[in-house]
Amino acid sequence: MAVDIYVRRRAVNVVAMLLSGLAAAVGLAFLVWILWITVKNGISALDLKLFTKITAYADQGGLANAIVGSLVMDMIALALCAPVGVLAGTFLAEYANRTKLGAVIRFLNDILLSAPSIVLGLFVYVIIVLPMSNLTHGAVSFSGLAGAIALALIGLPVIVRTTDEMLQLVPGTLREAALSLGIPQWKLTIQVLMRAALSGIVTGVLLALARLAGETAPLLFTAFGNNFMVANPLDKMASIPVAIYQYTNDPNPALHAIAWAGALLITLFVLLLSLSARWYLHRHKVTHD
Amino acid sequence: MIKEAALFNPPLASVQTVAAATVSPPAKLAVRNLNFLYGDAPALKNISMDLPEKRVSAIIGPSGCGKSTLLRVFNRIYAIYPNQHASGEVLLDGENILDAGYPVHKLRSQIGMVFQKPVPFPMTIFENIAWGIRHHEKLSKSEMEARVEQALRRAALWDEVKDKLKRSALGLSGGQQQRLCIARSIALKPEVLLLDEPTSALDPIATGRIEQLIEELKHDYTIVIVTHNMQQAARVSDRTAFMYLGELVEFDETEKIFTKPARRQTEDYISGRFG
Repeated sequence: MAVDIYVRRRAVNVVAMLLSGLAAAVGLAFLVWILWITVKNGISALDLKLFTKITAYADQGGLANAIVGSLVMDMIALALCAPVGVLAGTFLAEYANRTKLGAVIRFLNDILLSAPSIVLGLFVYVIIVLPMSNLTHGAVSFSGLAGAIALALIGLPVIVRTTDEMLQLVPGTLREAALSLGIPQWKLTIQVLMRAALSGIVTGVLLALARLAGETAPLLFTAFGNNFMVANPLDKMASIPVAIYQYTNDPNPALHAIAWAGALLITLFVLLLSLSARWYLHRHKVTHD
Repeated sequence: MIKEAALFNPPLASVQTVAAATVSPPAKLAVRNLNFLYGDAPALKNISMDLPEKRVSAIIGPSGCGKSTLLRVFNRIYAIYPNQHASGEVLLDGENILDAGYPVHKLRSQIGMVFQKPVPFPMTIFENIAWGIRHHEKLSKSEMEARVEQALRRAALWDEVKDKLKRSALGLSGGQQQRLCIARSIALKPEVLLLDEPTSALDPIATGRIEQLIEELKHDYTIVIVTHNMQQAARVSDRTAFMYLGELVEFDETEKIFTKPARRQTEDYISGRFG
């Protein structure tokens, strides 16, 4: 009898291990496949021209303006969403935790997190691009700034969520210990909790950057695209994802190769960000048990 | 007859107060009809007790009896959570600390608290102590150094950490961390020290050191210790309170509680019949 139970348990265990292992293998296989295809197709066009020539030269050019555009917009987006996101996440975890208001904000933030990115692009088109165009009589319409704002809306909920979660991971005993010394909440938040949760918050910001760097849809109606090199955020601005989108729609195979190189570039950028996030988290792990 | 009656009435009262004063020192903390609610659930029911100055009072009782809750009322740390309410009075030197007008940061510098698990802040050993002081007082660098050293000495930790004050407090052992937490509290020069099962996460040697420390600290501070360990209560305290289901069953001299308690419930608990 007893032996029977153990045999059966072992059998169930083997089956469960096989199934979960298989699921992991399938997931990983697709990931490796995607990476492999991207590297295989992208590596051939990954040359100096890609970084020095602009898209105006088409198949004789590169992605220099798109790279610069992406960097400019991603950085502006990050500068917009990181402070707001970190502060909002702090508010949720430290001041509105366990309140109705906090629950409502968390719920709305989750909606924003799962909102289709094209909707955010359209939203920014309606509230920024159109009014700007009307105000300036068309001198400024689509702009890198509008693109950055749309991207910021992608990154914001990610940062709010991770900041909130990371602060909540800091044990409550640490709060009680500080407050019982008569330390005010704001000092506790900045000098202890933020410090304890810093690595997690930084990771959240880097992940948000990785997320928004790959977005195409929010940029279509906002930054639009540009075949020339611009650094002024009030101009239409090129970006790598939009350039990939345009080039893959072109019949010219030489443009496809450049698009692949752009895809590889973004993948590497995101990979690098994720790796540095992990490295940072590992280095600055705060141990509370 | 008249003479006798006169002898019998007012003088007796004064004799009693004199006697009480010589038997136990005046109350540092006086609890009056204290009730406490977690939401709708009562956790403390009409508690009244006088905690004598510069003595160690232990609170014992089974899990969930309200002993930690009682301690958490004394420095109003419960108030950081919504839905926790205390009513009644807790008088610190005659002033009601539950009064909304009583400044909470002042209260928390007067009444320090050490928790069950040691919670060092993620900073250096020095900063762990200086941080709290800085909020209450402006000290010069040398004054601060002297103050930190004094606190660490009082907590019997100085010799172990004097060469690594600039290192993270997270690297200390559990017992050292707990003594650091005690040092952090006494650095604010409190009058009362609340210890919430301060040794339950420590090994016997570290526990012994903390108990020794309590023995020394009671000359300067009024100490209230919540403990699960009855031997510990018997060892370190002058007076012991036994609580059960949110009520204060008995509060008396420790020796009396452990040898001839007045209440049956206390005796049953002490002798291990329940709890």
